[in-house]
Amino acid sequence: MEVAFKRIRRNWQLYLLFLPPLAYVLVFNYYPMYGAQIAFKDFNAVQGIWGSDWVGLKHFEQFVQSYEFWRVMRNTLLLSLYSLLVGFPFPIILALGLNYASNRFFKRTVQMVTYAPHFISVVVIVGLMSQLLNPRLGVVNRILEVLGYEAINFMGKPELFKTLYVLSDVWQNVGFACIIYLAALSGIDPAQHEAAIMDGGSIPRRMWHIDLPGIMPVAVIIFILGMGGILSTGFEKVLLMQNPLNYQTSEVIDTYVYKVGLVSVMPNYSYSTAIGLFKSLIGLVLLIGVNRFAKKINQESLW
Amino acid sequence: MLGNNIPQSLSDKTFLTVNYAILTLFALSVLYPLIYVISASFSSTEAIMQGRVWLLPVNPTLDGYKAVFEYRYIWIGFSNSLFYAVLGTALNVVMTILAAYPLSRPNLDGKRFFMLLLVFATMFSGGLIPSYMLVKDLSMLGTRWALIIPAALSIWNAIMMRTYFKTSIPGELLEAAQIDGCSDSKYLTRIVIPLSGPIIAVVALFCAVGFWNQYFAAVIYLNDKDMFPLQLILRDILIQNEVDLSMLSNVGEVDKRNGLRELLKYSLIVVASAPVLIVYPFVQKHFVKGIMIGSLKG
Repeated sequence: MEVAFKRIRRNWQLYLLFLPPLAYVLVFNYYPMYGAQIAFKDFNAVQGIWGSDWVGLKHFEQFVQSYEFWRVMRNTLLLSLYSLLVGFPFPIILALGLNYASNRFFKRTVQMVTYAPHFISVVVIVGLMSQLLNPRLGVVNRILEVLGYEAINFMGKPELFKTLYVLSDVWQNVGFACIIYLAALSGIDPAQHEAAIMDGGSIPRRMWHIDLPGIMPVAVIIFILGMGGILSTGFEKVLLMQNPLNYQTSEVIDTYVYKVGLVSVMPNYSYSTAIGLFKSLIGLVLLIGVNRFAKKINQESLW
Repeated sequence: MLGNNIPQSLSDKTFLTVNYAILTLFALSVLYPLIYVISASFSSTEAIMQGRVWLLPVNPTLDGYKAVFEYRYIWIGFSNSLFYAVLGTALNVVMTILAAYPLSRPNLDGKRFFMLLLVFATMFSGGLIPSYMLVKDLSMLGTRWALIIPAALSIWNAIMMRTYFKTSIPGELLEAAQIDGCSDSKYLTRIVIPLSGPIIAVVALFCAVGFWNQYFAAVIYLNDKDMFPLQLILRDILIQNEVDLSMLSNVGEVDKRNGLRELLKYSLIVVASAPVLIVYPFVQKHFVKGIMIGSLKG
């Protein structure tokens, strides 16, 4: 005990350095967790967070029984699963393809081009989509018209919302997401490939038996992270893509929390916080669960 | 790169050809929307309204850019975003170093606890409303600080930097410095920081892009249009279609006005993305490096 105390005293400068970030984390990460207790209370501004009356699980029950619950849950889960299932394989395929492009200039150029959209802001991406998909002036609809089809109001069709969201995400992020797989591929021992070539292994077979197992550990981690975030959809983008025509498929937990808590004419802090907390808790359980599962079957895990 | 010197079988050759073809097509499909927007932004209003732009500018003009330059709020937004990005990034870099360095030191008492504190905060959050109430209680609502202070540290960046410190700076340096009587803070400023240029660059870049591109914090925390970052102005124009045409000179008849509105949007997309996209090829390798360091388990 005394030894530890001595060590702490000798390292006092380190603790001093760590003080500002520690204070930041306590205030901006942990204090809101304390504030989240209003999910179990009927918050009113006069009594404050601590003083408001406890109501138990009232708000959670209200949410689960509400008319909105199934719609919002369904949209959130479908959108995330769709994003994960489509977004997960593309970067792997791109990385495998690029790995066999032996022309350096070509490889560089493709990488450069496909990374670029990653840095464009979400506002501009959605603005770009609505320009290109505009029913009257957008280039996509003009192409459709030239081909003899009717113009489609893409952004206003509820049944197209999820597909537009997912595909634009792939367009924006596939290049950047494949970086990590390319690095994993470059870490594979070339001797394995040489041996396989000597034995007459074709490229598809080498991809299957050497490359894929080589990037598996990375892929598992990325999949775990994706599953853990399954209730956290790209909130900002969903909000921007929402319009009165597509609410029925575009309302997700996060946008609902935002509307109930901050946009509505009668904002309900407690109810909104309860929904947010509900989401956070399930997300945490999912993350830990999937991680444990991955550890069991693959010896790969986040921590 | 693989197996270059070994004669390839016919099927492998076919495979590679198809591979090149698919990659080319894919790259073109990523590129086309970007080229289209650039071309449209240089076209004339008539060409846009008649839908005559396909790949290259039609009747090239600079009308769109002229409109962007005349639109006052775009400039206000631009300078606001610059302010938020510069100040926010500077603060973030300092905070990240302060968080990362002590945690990178082996056998610092309480390190495991502090790490747990940080990691848990990345996995669980109090949510939107409690954070909003906090900003309100701190009287930052409606001020520029609301966009900077609550985003003063990204825990992911701190963990990434800590991994870099642990793996790239040899422990012998610390021992040698300590023998020479160097204090911890001096060691940090004289030795660790000068040796950490790449990771500091990566963190600064991630932050700057993040601040430049963010809009939601401004939606909930700000109400004075003179403080709005560019992205929020962009949202009003591009997505909510709120263009104040009175800010533009010589708008005549309705047709022309509608055309100018569309043209302004294309030019605006280009202007707003240009700063990041021009810088990006030069810093690309740093981003890549950042991802690699970030993916190491610390």
